[in-house]
Amino acid sequence: MSLSSAGRGDMPFQVRSLYRSLLRQSGQFAAYNFREYAKRRTRDAFREHKTESEERRIQELMQKGLKELQMLKRQTVVSQFFQLDRLVVEGGKTGKQTGNEGGIVRQKDQGWD
Amino acid sequence: MSNIAPTLARQALRISSRRYPSSALARGSSRAAAAFSGHGRRNYVSETKPSQATVNVDTTIKADQKSFMNQTGLNPREAMMPSTGMSADAMMSPTAGILQQATIMDEGTRPIYLDAQATTPMDPRVVDAMLPYMTGMYGNPHSRTHAYGWESEKATDQAREHIANLIGADPKEIIFTSGATESNNMSIKGVARFFKRSGKKNHIITCQTEHKCVLDSCRHLQDEGFQVTYLPVQENGLVDMAQLEAAIRPETCLVSIMTVNNEIGVVQPVDEIGRLCRSKKIYFHTDAAQAVGKIPIDVNKMNVDLMSISGHKIYGPKGIGACYVRRRPRVRLDPIISGGGQERGLRSGTLAPFLSVGMGEAARICKEEMQYDSKRITSLSNRLLEGLLSLEHTTLNGDRTRHYPGCVNVSFAYVEGESLLMALKDIALSSGSACTSASLEPSYVLRALGSSDESAHSSIRFGIGRFTTEAEIDYVLKAVRERVTFLRELSPLWELVQEGVDLNTIEWSQH
Repeated sequence: MSLSSAGRGDMPFQVRSLYRSLLRQSGQFAAYNFREYAKRRTRDAFREHKTESEERRIQELMQKGLKELQMLKRQTVVSQFFQLDRLVVEGGKTGKQTGNEGGIVRQKDQGWD
Repeated sequence: MSNIAPTLARQALRISSRRYPSSALARGSSRAAAAFSGHGRRNYVSETKPSQATVNVDTTIKADQKSFMNQTGLNPREAMMPSTGMSADAMMSPTAGILQQATIMDEGTRPIYLDAQATTPMDPRVVDAMLPYMTGMYGNPHSRTHAYGWESEKATDQAREHIANLIGADPKEIIFTSGATESNNMSIKGVARFFKRSGKKNHIITCQTEHKCVLDSCRHLQDEGFQVTYLPVQENGLVDMAQLEAAIRPETCLVSIMTVNNEIGVVQPVDEIGRLCRSKKIYFHTDAAQAVGKIPIDVNKMNVDLMSISGHKIYGPKGIGACYVRRRPRVRLDPIISGGGQERGLRSGTLAPFLSVGMGEAARICKEEMQYDSKRITSLSNRLLEGLLSLEHTTLNGDRTRHYPGCVNVSFAYVEGESLLMALKDIALSSGSACTSASLEPSYVLRALGSSDESAHSSIRFGIGRFTTEAEIDYVLKAVRERVTFLRELSPLWELVQEGVDLNTIEWSQH
C-alpha cells in the first residue's frame, strides 16, 4: 500500500483498514501473552493518537503501523511453527460449560477472534 | 401429451418391474405416475429430508437427558458420574463424552509466567530484528576487508547507539559482554586490580543485599588482599547514606551498589551515592540489570562511572549484556579477558552480531515504550499487591514508595514458602533470585533486611512484565488465596494464632 499515491479523502479509510489488519494479525500469535499484548498495544496506540490532526504526523504513524504489520506477519508465522502448550488461564481452568443454553459439545474455543 | 403418457407409463412399469420385487411394484408405479403428471423429470424415488437422514446430536442428547431426568429425578448437568470425573451430561452420548474429554485435554497446562526478575521472554520485535543476522548476514563484525564484515559492524554499532540512548551515554562507552555477571566481574575486579598496581587504594565498599556475583567478586578480591566493607541496609532495604559516608576511607577505590534490587525491588538512592562518590573521587559502579529499561536512567545525572546491563532482563536475548565504562573522566580497568583487543581492549573476543542487535532493539523498544509499560505494570502491580495484602498476616518486603512496581515480594506468615511454591505449580514463581532457588536456605537479602528466619522462609517474589495480563493476575490472586488458606488450615501454628496465642511467648519443650 503506497501512502503517497492515496488521495486525502482516503486517509480515514486507510487508518481503519490498518487498524483492522493489525488486530487480525495480532490474533494469530500462538502464544497467549504475545497475542494479548499485540492486541492491547494496537488498541492503545490507536486510541492514544485518535485526536491527531496534523497530516504529516498521521503519515508517520501510518508508516510505523505498516512496519509493525509486516513484523507481525513474519512473527505470527514463526510463533505458529513453535507452538507450546496452552497456559492455564486460557480457555478456562475446568473446561466446563458454564451457561445453561446450548450443547455441551464444545469443539472450538470461542471468543478469541 | 396424450400419446406420450402411455409410453412413459409403459416404460416406468417395465423399469419398476425389473427393479422392485412384486410387493413394491404398486407403490413404485403409483409414484412414477405421480412424477410425470408434474414436470418432465423422472423421479422414481422421492428424496428424504436431510433433517431426517442424519441423527441430530442435539435432539438425541436432549431426549436422553429427558429420560435420565425421568428415571433419576436429577438434572444430568449437576449429577456427577462416580469415578470418571465427568458429569452425567457428558456420559449421555458417546460422542459428547469423547468431545468433553477432548476439551479437557485441550485446556492449558502450562504455568503462568510471573518471574520477570529471573528473565523475560524475547519480544517478537526483537526476534524479528535478530533473524536476518542469524540467517544471511553472518559476517564477523571485526572483519574490515569485506562487505559481510561491514554490514555486521554497522548493525552492532547501531545496537550500541540504542543502548547508549537508553541510559544517556555515548555509544563509545558501551562495552558488550556476555551478561550482567561478566559486567559486574569486569568492573569490580578490573578497577580493583588496576588500583592494586599503583598500590595505594585497596578498599571496596558494597552492600549486603547485592547480587551474588558482586558479593562473590568481592570475596575473591579479599583473598587477593583487598579490604571489603559490606554495608548493612535499613529495614526497608535502602542503604543509609550516613553509614556509607562513614565507611569511606582515603584508600577506598570503588563503591558498588545496585540500582534496583532483584529480590525486593527497592530502588537505591543512586543519585545521592553518585554525588557523594564523585565528590570524594571514588569510582561508583552500579548493577542496573533490573533497572535499565524499567525506570528512567541517566548515567550523567546519576554520576555513575560503571554500570552493568543485562540483555535478557529487557526482553532481549540471553547470553549478552553490556557494561557502561565512563570515558570522561576516564575509568581505567584491568581487563579480565585479553586477546584481539576488541571493545577498546576491555573485552576481547568476537562480538555476536545477532545478540548485540537483539539487545539493541530491546533497548530501543524499552526507551520507546517505557511510559506505556511502566503505567501498565504499575496498575497490574497495585492490583496484585492490594489483593495479596488483603489476606491476613501478609506483608510487603522492602520499601513501599521507593520501589520498582514490577517486583512484588510478599511474606505469607505461617506458610512455608517452598510448600506454597509447590502448591502453586500452575504459576511460575520464585522465592528469591534464580541463582539461589536450588537451595532451601532462606534468602540472604531478606535476612539482611532483618526479617526473621520464618518470615524469610515464607516470602515469595512476583515479577510482573510487559506481557503479563489482567486475567493472569486475577488467576494468581485466586490461586494464592485458596492455597494459602488451605496450607494454613494444615498448620498447628495457625490454629494457635487464631486462638490469639502470641507465638513468641510459647516455650517449646526441648527434646
